[in-house]
Amino acid sequence: MHPAPSVIIFTTLSGLGFGLLFWLGIGLPPVTGWVAFVFFAIAFALAAGGLMVSTFHLGHPERALKAFTQWRSSWLSREGICAVAALATMGLYAIGAVFLGATWRPVGIIGAVLSLGTVFTTSMIYAQLRSVPRWNSWLTPALFLSLGLSGGALLAGQTAIAAPLLAVAATVQLAAWQKGDTALQRSGSTMASATGLGGIGEVRAFEPPHTGTNYLLREFVHVVGRRHSRRLRVIAFALAFVVPLLLLFLPFSHALAGLAALAHLAGVACSRWLFFAEAEHVVGLYYGKRQPAPGAQPIS
Amino acid sequence: MTTLPDKTDRKMGLVIDLDTCVGCHACVISCKGWNTENYGAPLSDQDPYGSDPSGTFLNRVHSYEVQPEQGAAQLIHFPKSCLHCDDAPCVTVCPTGASYKRVEDGIVLVNESDCIGCGLCAWACPYGAREMDAAEGVMKKCTLCVDRIYNENLPEEDRVPACVRTCPAGARHFGDLGDPDSDVSRLSAERGGMDLMPEQGTKPVNKYLPPRPKDRIEDQIDVLAPLLEPIAADTGGFIGWLDKALSRLPGGTI
Amino acid sequence: MQPVIDTSPKVSDEVRKTTCYMCACRCGINVHMKDGKVAYIEGNRDHPVNKGVLCAKGSAGIMQVNAPSRLRAPLKRVGPRGSGEFEEISWDEAISTAVGWLNELHETAPHKLAFFTGRDQSQSFTSFWAQNFGTPNYAAHGGFCSVNMAAAGIYTMGGAFWEFGQPDWDHTKLFMLFGVAEDHDSNPIKMGIGKIKARGARVIGVNPIRTGYNAVADDWVGITPGTDGLFILSMIHVLMKAGRIDLDYLGRYTNAPVLVDADTGLLLRDADDKPLVIDRASGKPAPFDRPGVSPDLSATHEVDGVTHRPVFHHMAERYLSEDYAPEAVAERCGIPAPRIRAIAAELARVAFDEAFEIEREWTDFRGETHKTMTGRPVSFHAMRGISAHANGFQTCRALHILQIILGTVEVPGGFRFKPPYPKPVEAHPTPHSGRRPGRPLNGPHLGFPRGPEDLQVDDAGKPNRIDKAFSWENPMSVHGLMHMVISNARAGDPYHIDTLFLYMANMSWNSSMNSSGVMEMLTARNDDGGYVIPRIIYSDAYSSEMVAYADLILPDTTYLERHDCISLLDRPICEADAAADAIRWPVIEPDRDVRGFQSVLIELANRMSLPGFTDADGTPKWTDYANYIVNHERRPGIGPLAGFRGTGDKVGRGEVNPEQLNRYIENGGFFVEHIPEAAQYYKPWNTAYQDWAVGLGLFESPQPYLFQLYSEPMRRFQRAAEGHGDRQPPEHLRDRIRTHLDPLPFWSDTDQTGNAGFTVTALTQRPMAMYHSWGSQNAWLRQLHGRNPLYVPTKLMREHGLSDGDWARVTSPHGEITVPVMEMAALNENTVWTWNAIGKRKGAWALDEEAPEATQGFLLNHLIHELLPPKGDGLRWANSDPVTGQAAWFDLKVRIEKADAPPDESQPVFAPIDSPVGTGPKELRWKVGK
Ligand SMILES: Nc1nc2c(c(=O)[nH]1)N[C@H]1C(S)=C(S)[C@@H](COP(=O)(O)OP(=O)(O)OC[C@H]3O[C@@H](n4cnc5c(=O)[nH]c(N)nc54)[C@H](O)[C@@H]3O)O[C@H]1N2
Ligand SMILES: Nc1nc2c(c(=O)[nH]1)N[C@H]1C(S)=C(S)[C@@H](COP(=O)(O)OP(=O)(O)OC[C@H]3O[C@@H](n4cnc5c(=O)[nH]c(N)nc54)[C@H](O)[C@@H]3O)O[C@H]1N2
Ligand code: SF4
Ligand code: SF4
Ligand code: SF4
Ligand code: SF4
Ligand code: SF4
Ligand SMILES: [Mo]
Repeated sequence: MHPAPSVIIFTTLSGLGFGLLFWLGIGLPPVTGWVAFVFFAIAFALAAGGLMVSTFHLGHPERALKAFTQWRSSWLSREGICAVAALATMGLYAIGAVFLGATWRPVGIIGAVLSLGTVFTTSMIYAQLRSVPRWNSWLTPALFLSLGLSGGALLAGQTAIAAPLLAVAATVQLAAWQKGDTALQRSGSTMASATGLGGIGEVRAFEPPHTGTNYLLREFVHVVGRRHSRRLRVIAFALAFVVPLLLLFLPFSHALAGLAALAHLAGVACSRWLFFAEAEHVVGLYYGKRQPAPGAQPIS
Repeated sequence: MTTLPDKTDRKMGLVIDLDTCVGCHACVISCKGWNTENYGAPLSDQDPYGSDPSGTFLNRVHSYEVQPEQGAAQLIHFPKSCLHCDDAPCVTVCPTGASYKRVEDGIVLVNESDCIGCGLCAWACPYGAREMDAAEGVMKKCTLCVDRIYNENLPEEDRVPACVRTCPAGARHFGDLGDPDSDVSRLSAERGGMDLMPEQGTKPVNKYLPPRPKDRIEDQIDVLAPLLEPIAADTGGFIGWLDKALSRLPGGTI
Repeated sequence: MQPVIDTSPKVSDEVRKTTCYMCACRCGINVHMKDGKVAYIEGNRDHPVNKGVLCAKGSAGIMQVNAPSRLRAPLKRVGPRGSGEFEEISWDEAISTAVGWLNELHETAPHKLAFFTGRDQSQSFTSFWAQNFGTPNYAAHGGFCSVNMAAAGIYTMGGAFWEFGQPDWDHTKLFMLFGVAEDHDSNPIKMGIGKIKARGARVIGVNPIRTGYNAVADDWVGITPGTDGLFILSMIHVLMKAGRIDLDYLGRYTNAPVLVDADTGLLLRDADDKPLVIDRASGKPAPFDRPGVSPDLSATHEVDGVTHRPVFHHMAERYLSEDYAPEAVAERCGIPAPRIRAIAAELARVAFDEAFEIEREWTDFRGETHKTMTGRPVSFHAMRGISAHANGFQTCRALHILQIILGTVEVPGGFRFKPPYPKPVEAHPTPHSGRRPGRPLNGPHLGFPRGPEDLQVDDAGKPNRIDKAFSWENPMSVHGLMHMVISNARAGDPYHIDTLFLYMANMSWNSSMNSSGVMEMLTARNDDGGYVIPRIIYSDAYSSEMVAYADLILPDTTYLERHDCISLLDRPICEADAAADAIRWPVIEPDRDVRGFQSVLIELANRMSLPGFTDADGTPKWTDYANYIVNHERRPGIGPLAGFRGTGDKVGRGEVNPEQLNRYIENGGFFVEHIPEAAQYYKPWNTAYQDWAVGLGLFESPQPYLFQLYSEPMRRFQRAAEGHGDRQPPEHLRDRIRTHLDPLPFWSDTDQTGNAGFTVTALTQRPMAMYHSWGSQNAWLRQLHGRNPLYVPTKLMREHGLSDGDWARVTSPHGEITVPVMEMAALNENTVWTWNAIGKRKGAWALDEEAPEATQGFLLNHLIHELLPPKGDGLRWANSDPVTGQAAWFDLKVRIEKADAPPDESQPVFAPIDSPVGTGPKELRWKVGK
């Protein structure tokens, strides 16, 4: 898949932002006043900023409000509603904490749940897609949630919580990669099933329907090369998990904590890029781009 | 209205005959022509005379080579447009309700004035049946020519999709696949009409008729008696052959 | 809530019905207009050709009439030839320039004008113009296209495949297709294949490449290119040996029973010149057509101790030979012997065991009345795959022999002619080249030679025509040799010309063999610095590659902006059971300073006061082409259009009707006259058909004839080569004529001189969605085929270590190209191919110079030469069929190897040409309605 950069930025930033909001909502750390202001500013910048960025790739951002209407069926709609609710609730909570020095616990808890819910709904947008077998798994919400929670904890300065959560997220990430690599194969979708011609013999794409490019090829058919992706996985894993964990075990300093958070952010962005770039949409089968001939080099 | 209707009154769709499609792309272009001029925004083209031309099409014809275990490889032309799935994931994912499945005939449509161009429906479609129009920023897809099939400004016989009307080989059939007695349902039943990617659970309405078995002539035809038995076993010289030929044949009275 | 949508929007303000012109198929179209603009084009359901369907090109017509590549005004060359530097001029200047060049030639040396046209549909008109100009040098593109198919058909059975006949789609049960990717009758063939497959009838495709029609064929015969003749003759062998042939049909309708003079090899004739058969009743010779005669296939005739045997004996003698046994030809053809037998057996089974009767009484030319018509539901079609080889004429003849011995021509279920065919050789003119300055040529340029006496050579045997048509090099070149014109004019062989006038043919690019050589020829200069071909006038509608090589451009309209006439005198739109013709008319007005070319020709003729176009006092007869279409009469009462003559009620023959064009427009742009039921089959022999055809004006008297299994005109040429008569071939051609003008079909390998080391055949195919070079200017179509890989069979891919996307160097004895490759399994294992005419020259067609057509697309034409490699005899041997001069495009042999350093672009690359029209816009959002 070849999603707009805005989608990668959005999911990365807002995941972290809502993760941070979750911790703030349940009072970890229990901040008020100026300190609260800084924390909430970061959290809202990430969450709301990400949300804003996500409208960049829309064909008609001016109609974005319509996206709140289909909560009964659409995870994207649910995400929008959830995000707005989370932001509103946490906004209220933040006003209390920053300006009134008040911690309205019930509001905070509701906001925290909604924030987590937002991360979950985001993840479900992808997880629901059978057309992308790599995503179509419970590991997708697990990954988004664990990343959101651990990243949020890092940002919230909750080193004690962050460390085990990072470990969990790292495990989920490894599992997602490992399962993901065989997901297309396990999905049962093949050129044979896509064309219905498998009964006759081995199917191979011959002439494409158009020699030029099109939306489908640009959006779905691009896949990252295997060697390239191996390298990026190592980098993503190191930055998102290994480096922050190592830094967490060093004596605490704000600089180190900041560095850990930045490394994590970069790692998650990298992982998120891979999340999209490695995803094989089954439409690629029609273009013969999902079943490399034995011995053929992956396209990079 | 993004939830799918529990059921639709009819299931209008196409039956595409892979045994007769010659891959001429007529359906591709007539679709482009009709839908550029009609329903919704025109199907635009970017860099149409340049180095990287691309454009929006609602119907595309692929081709595949299939190598059977024995015998020559076969080539199959494969037209593909929206299958108007019963369980259309493209509809349920749509956040705005722009994508919907019509209750009366099952046609899956995009209401362009509601579409925000998020692209999610195209992600959800396993078949690549949706294309975002780069100029208009809205999602485009096969409308099953909803503005033709009921169009009272067209003569009755022309109330079929543009691609069906134009197909020179007659490889495209249009009708109600919800009615087991319709021509299309019968044709599909007779010829083993199949679903594409059934494992995706989309329950496509459109059916594909598989190619008939090929390259069987040597197995089917007994080349010896009586079809090609030589007239004169010993050849018997030319005159012998001629005499026998003349006496033996349909025109033997001459 | 589901949105409410308008399911009944207004479709258009008005529908204008005319004829498509994205190819020669000539389908009827409904042009939907909104606000005076073309909004949508669909097929016309009432039209006899397409019955409502339309191909991709036809549907994309809207992108053709609005293409940015359309020429805008007459152009005068200002840079060197080939640069594309032009200046727009007025029509006044353009016409006077042309008249200035041409008038002098007309008065003094008309042969110094060579006027050749591409695949236009007004050949009866352009030839009329050329004839009245007085030049012998006129032809259309048939010579490089498929003259083998046309000539073999007419010489054998008075009609050809091409678009002049069709299988009886309603009845046929076995359809066998040789060497067709698309063909002229494109929509009817698709409709026919669809129709018979829906019935479960069998389709057999004989083609080295399995795409398109061959992909849907039930059985694919991936034959070795160039060997179809052998395969066909082998089936004839098997069928004859088994006696599975239609002797009744052969006896009645063919020259199989006609006696061959044992001394001369000519047919025995009576005093009235009628070929003789032995009548079974009397046992005596009798003219073939005497009422009541029952021709005997086996009886011989002894005169003075010499035994004259019927044609059938000669055939049996040749084809029963074990040389034609399947086992003997299998390896050569690349078809296993059991397969050859199986196909032959299936042909016989369907022809004879599935024969059926139609209850329709008819009377034959001998006066015998038949209660029924016997159907033999086997039909064939073939085109350039067998004809564009140097052995193509004899191969096409062989195929006709095959269908004739099965008794499947002009019978229910078989192959049927479309009017004006059937039409025997005798009803066609002979060729003429007698030039008389200031006066018309002494007769029509093109025709069907009956023997050496009809050759167009001078007393020394030197060709009269610039293309050397009707010379000993290719005596039966009935369509001329357009592919030799530029080469011969450059060489001054047989003579130099002054003006080359071309119409609708992209000769500096895809329609020439040896394109780079042709570019050189067109720009070659004499010692004095002048061009060897001093003047070139060209009419195109678009900014093609050829435009850059002309001195004066006469820009044509597009097909929706002019009058055209698809005439019975030309290549009409008839069907097997109807005569039909059609028009085009300006459904929109040009928005540029362009004019219909035919009208321009009339203006030129009027300005030169050409005979035929002007009365004795110089008064023009016609003001423009529309005027000509209505008012011209070839013979009294017979004009370009057969419909609505007189006061609108006369068909075929009738007075001029000033309202004729309006009547055509009201009728949907065409006219159909159905053939009466009893006349629909057995046309060459059916009295009812013959009378109907005379009534319609197709000919002046009934012309029944026999199918010519044995071709007497060929024997006459062969006899001359054997030393008879006062016109004999020059020594260097004697053997060739003796061998190749064999009156009975035979197979020979094509000339392989110079091919050592080049073992792979390289072919092209027409893409169904592209028309030669000019599909690429169409924004929609070029997205489908914007580049063309070389398709290479799996075995050769492996052998050369190639994989998809690699580049290969492809070499022929003549040239080299470097191009991207793609693997294909459903392909003859020793054949490579690509789509025809996708490759474009930079700067042409209003495309960006970096267009994929120009950077990745390529032409095979750079590898093909119009001449064979030198044989060391100092002579120029054309790469053509020795009988007809048909260009042997598909004899090309190459070698391929992986290109170690893949180039950035397909090689060779040519300097860009200047575009006289700029390039197209960056985006299209085409919608004319609101
Ligand atoms: N869409 C479209 N239609 C067209 C045209 C076009 O450009 N585009 N051009 C028109 C013109 S001018 C013409 S002349 C006709 C030509 O129509 P076709 O005769 O169909 O011409 P080609 O595309 O050259 O196809 C030749 C076929 O012969 C096969 N072939 C080559 N060599 C051999 C052989 O030795 N044996 C056998 N059995 N097969 C062989 C090739 O594989 C190919 O399939 O099409 C007309 N129609
Ligand atoms: N390698 C290879 N080469 C081949 C063949 C092949 O099979 N293989 N096939 C050969 C055959 S059979 C043929 S027929 C030729 C065809 O080759 P061409 O006859 O050159 O065919 P086109 O490319 O259609 O070029 C016709 C020209 O007519 C112009 N034109 C289009 N419409 C109009 C109009 O309305 N008025 C005027 N005045 N001009 C117009 C176009 O712009 C174009 O420049 O190619 C031959 N070349
Ligand atoms: S128009 Fe018909 S034959 Fe042509 S590609 Fe489409 S479905 Fe196939
Ligand atoms: S084919 Fe794709 S776009 Fe059409 S209904 Fe099915 S899922 Fe939706
Ligand atoms: S692109 Fe339009 S139709 Fe598709 S999901 Fe988004 S809003 Fe709905
Ligand atoms: S039904 Fe209409 S919209 Fe759909 S593919 Fe056919 S022509 Fe296009
Ligand atoms: S076959 Fe296509 S291009 Fe040719 S005349 Fe018919 S519709 Fe036009
Ligand atoms: Mo041609």
